[in-house]
Order: sequence, then C-alpha cells, then structure tokens
Amino acid sequence: MAKLMRFNMTDRTYTVEELPEQYKYLAGRGLTSTLIHDEVDPLAHPLGPNNKLVFALGYVTGTAAPTSARVSVGAKSPLTGGIKEANAGSGWAPTLASMGIRALVVEGHPKEKDTFWMAHVTWDEDAAQPKVEFMPGDEYVGRDLYEVYPEVFERFGDKVNVAGIGASGEFLYGNSGIVFEDLKGRPSRYAGRGGLGAVMGSKRLKFIVLDGKGAPGVEMADKEVFDTGRKKLTEALMEHDITKPKGGLNTYGTAVLINIMNEAGGLPTRNFSTGRFEGAAKIAGEALFEGNKERLGKELYNHACSPGCIIRCSNTWHKEDGTELVSCQEYESIWSLGANCGIDDLDVTGELIRLCNAYGLDTIEAGTTLAVAMEGGLAEFGDADKAIELMHEIGKGTPVGRILGAGTATTAKVLGVSRAPVVKGQSMPAYEPRAVKGIGMVYATGTMGADHTQGYTIAPEILGVSGKVDQFDKDKAALAKAFLEATAFIDSSGHCLFIAFAILDIASGFEGVVEECNGVLGTEWTMDDVGRIGKEVLAKERAFNEAAGITKEADRMPEFMRIEKLPPHDVIWDIPDEALDAVWQ
Amino acid sequence: MITVKAKLFALLRRFRPEVGLGEPFPVTLPNGATVGDLIRELGVPEDEVKLVFVNGLFRDLDYILSDGDELGIFPPVGGG
Repeated sequence: MAKLMRFNMTDRTYTVEELPEQYKYLAGRGLTSTLIHDEVDPLAHPLGPNNKLVFALGYVTGTAAPTSARVSVGAKSPLTGGIKEANAGSGWAPTLASMGIRALVVEGHPKEKDTFWMAHVTWDEDAAQPKVEFMPGDEYVGRDLYEVYPEVFERFGDKVNVAGIGASGEFLYGNSGIVFEDLKGRPSRYAGRGGLGAVMGSKRLKFIVLDGKGAPGVEMADKEVFDTGRKKLTEALMEHDITKPKGGLNTYGTAVLINIMNEAGGLPTRNFSTGRFEGAAKIAGEALFEGNKERLGKELYNHACSPGCIIRCSNTWHKEDGTELVSCQEYESIWSLGANCGIDDLDVTGELIRLCNAYGLDTIEAGTTLAVAMEGGLAEFGDADKAIELMHEIGKGTPVGRILGAGTATTAKVLGVSRAPVVKGQSMPAYEPRAVKGIGMVYATGTMGADHTQGYTIAPEILGVSGKVDQFDKDKAALAKAFLEATAFIDSSGHCLFIAFAILDIASGFEGVVEECNGVLGTEWTMDDVGRIGKEVLAKERAFNEAAGITKEADRMPEFMRIEKLPPHDVIWDIPDEALDAVWQ
Repeated sequence: MITVKAKLFALLRRFRPEVGLGEPFPVTLPNGATVGDLIRELGVPEDEVKLVFVNGLFRDLDYILSDGDELGIFPPVGGG
C-alpha cells in the first residue's frame, strides 16, 4: 500500500501514513493537484504558511516501465496565483517511489528565518518506512548549484538523489524552479515553471536528499499485466521515428524543432515581434549535433536525463576545446535565451542556460524576461554580454535582478512594456500562438498559465503526429480540450510527455500505458479511463483557480497579439472569446 | 523550367552534406513540377519525408511548385 509522507517545516517533524483511500487511484499531477485542491486555501498567499508544496510520483514511477522517472511538483503558484504542476525526470523520482511513497507534502513555515534546512531521507529497515533527519543547510545558501551539488554528494554519498533550490528560490522569485540531479549528478533537471522554487524557499527548505539504500521498491498488483503493457510501450518507443534510438530526438535533441518552427513562421523572435529568426539554423538541433562533432572529432548522440529512458534526448554542449559547457540545450531554452533575445550563438545560449541552472531559474521565464528587458531598454536585442550580465544580477539579487527574477509579467509592468507575452502571469513558451492557433487556445484556457506541456497540439498542428491539421485553422476547441485531458493523464502516469509522439501514432503503445497502470494498481482501466482521469484532474484544477479568482476572463491572450500582425504570415490572434470559452463548455 | 530553393533538415541533411546549415540550394525543375517531383529529383526516399513547407506553408506532395518557391523539407521530428 502506497504511503503519504509529510514534512512540517514549522517544527521540522514528519509523518508517514497510509495513502488515504480517496487518493488510492491518484498519482503524479492528479495527486499533486488533488492535494492542493483539498488542503490549500485558494486565497492563501503562495509564499505564506498555508501554502503546501507537494511532490508526487506517477503510477508507474519506480517500476521497469520505460521513460517513467518523473516527479510532479505542485503548489499554489507565486507566478500565476493559481494551481501549479511542473514535472521533471530524475533518479530522485524512482528512489522516493522505491520507499513506498506516492506523495510528499511539505507544510508550514519555520518561525525563525535565519536558517535554511535540509531533509535527509533514508530507509529505516526496522520500521519498514522512510526516516527523516532535518539539519541546517546554510553552508549551501547563496551559492552556485554547480559548486554545491558535488559537495552534497560528497557528504551523503554518490548514490543519493538531491532535490533543491538555488539562489532564485532563496530570494523567493516568481521565476524559480526546483532542481533535481541528472544521471551524472548535474543540477540540471527542473520542475521549472511557476515559481515552485520560491514555495520551497518560503518554507526554508534547501534540499531534500534521498538515500534509497535498502528500500523495497514499488509494490505491484499484477506483474504479468504490467509486463504486457511495458512491452507494448517499449515497442512503440523503439519503433517510432521520433523516439527510436538514433531517431530525431536522440540525434538532435528537442532543438530539432528550431528550424521547423522557423519554417512555419511560428518561432517567436525578439520578444514575440516576428515569427522568423534569421539566425535560427545556427542555434538549431542540427547545429548542436554538427558543432559537437566538429569540436569533439566524433558524432555524439544524446543521453538519458533519468534512469530507464529509451528516448534519450538530453544533450551536452561542448566548448571549442572539447570540454563540456552545459547540459542541456533544450529547444525551449535555446529559443527563449536565443531567438527570443535575438542571440544566434550556441556558446551564448549554453552559458545562459548554465547560469539558469547555477541560480535555479526556469529557462523559459528567464529568456522571455530578458527579451522584455531588452525591449524595455535594459539592453539591445542580440547583446550577449549584457544578457549574461543581467542573468548574474538575477542570481546575485541586485535590485534590477530582483525585478527580473519576479518574471516576465512583472518586468514588463516595471519597464512599461505592453508587449508582454503572458497568460495568467506566466510567460509563453516557444510557439507563436498567432501562427499556431490550437497551442494558443491551450495557453489561454489551460489551468497552468501559458504552457505548451499541458496540451501539446503542436504534434498535429506542425509535426503531423496523430494526423496533420492546418496550423491556422481556428476551429480547435475540441482539439485543445482533447490534448489538455490526455496530458493530465500522462502527467499522472509518471511517464515523460514525449512518449506521446509514439503513442499518439501507435495505438498499442497507448494501451500499454494503461496496462502498466493496471498492473501496478490492480485496476481494470481501459482507454475510456484516460479521458475520465484527465477530466477529473482538470476539474479540480479549474475549481481551485476559480476559487482563487482566476475565472474565464483570465483565459485570454494579451492584447498586443490581437492588434499586432506577426510576420511572415501577417497574422493576428483572431480566435473569438466564445471559442476559447467553448473549450470548457 | 522553374528554379526553386530547397533546404533539407535533420536526418535528411545527409543527402546534401556539403550544404551549410540552413542554406537553401537551387534546384531546376520542369514547369508544373510538384513537391513530390522535387523530392525524387533530390534522391530522397519519399517515405523519409514527413513534412514539407513551401514559403512557410505546409504542402502535400502533389502541390505544384512555382519559380522562386522556397522549400523546407523535414523527416519526422519532435521535441518540446
């Protein structure tokens, strides 16, 4: 029987209890959002003592299911003021799952604000449950996470897993993520969006260190059913051109999308002022692959970010001398800190990403904020030196840095920039909604603020996955809703969203995911339950948001997109409000 | 005859390895040539082509090309 663990940061105590009956069939995002819905006052201040930070594992996390080492993190968001879930892939997730934990809820606030704490979680053989020791972690505060992570591994052992926050979380920025280690111990895998790092920082919790030695592993109701499903999904991932070894993702990484979005006229450039970037080819996945080949003298294929991943899309970027600059140059990060800032140099985007990791920032929000700052006159578009300098200001907590750290919407307000690409306070990712209408409907109506991962309609609208639909077609309420619902299920499963590329095209792969869940839980779910679970998760998230004052008037695009034409297709955001409301009717 | 500009991306780059990243190269075709004709002319197996954009718009293999068109040709790709 899965367990629920709670940390009370007011007095640094913890409890481990049986997962209550009503949560038995919930996991991942479904569980974080349900716990936030059930236990957090929607009007609580995100940084106050009544907000809670929830870590939840997916149904199949910690099992042999491929590409399933995800942890969902939820809270009331300091950035959006609404409910938030962000997830990351890391060995941290299966380790916590192996201790029998389905969710960890961090509650309360220490009265004294002079100490940041660490929690060291080990397996207690006698009690057959995790044991937690809280200890001061002040020696790690205010420092570069690339310096600190090796020290934490040195202290607790190189097999431990570490979740934490950087300076941005300590400063309680709206832009602050929660970081988890990758397979080489780099502080590089982020539950990045929505300011969750600040929620952890407000509870004065710096790190959660897991030592899974001796832990029994995930209980399984029916291993045969699970294995049937696991094999179906594995076959789909190994077969599909996007997800297979040496396929698109493994060879070029997610940044293979730079060129295609540029061709489609939907790559937001220079703070969403045009949909094409003349330097796109220089910062695309092809340039990463060929640049690494030139600098290393051999082809370098990508690696897994977390244990058990078949897709392996995480990369490293190497300096001219062949040494590693950073992992990972993702599509979103390269876009936000590159094209969107008018920067066409992978060494610069690499350095900016490295700084985001060092300071604990969400790369998307960081890049969109820098672009707004450039438009607001703090730098010229394309000025790499100034971009790096501003990033250090954020990390050091200077007055300018604190404004930028508050995120894109706040920075735009402070600088009087009306072209603020945000929905519900969160900045848009790397798909221009004026040129790709369905993803805009997802940005507008989703529960998370502007976020592509809550309903990746780019798959059919641009990539031709699960069929091809016209990117400019406006009749997409049903498409947006279907993707929002299916994603809420996948985010609960513990799988990386990227399995969608394979399972949307290969039906047996999707069945396999459902069978894996049945194997773990002993349920008899069918594909119908995917939609049902997705709907239930979204209903709770929407109810929380509505009670927090985020109603349908917030399901809208920023005004500039309705009045400024986007080159090269010269399109505006022309979806009527009624069509947006139709997503939920 | 018409001349179009073509760009091959991702795994299709191997069919024109000498061409620089993102650089279009000219291809001369008979009048009335389609996207499919161009792909055959380039020696790219049709089943490796997933998406073709002509002047920034997604087009099928039977789309008839005009002089000066610029094409981006992609294998299956995904990311996020």
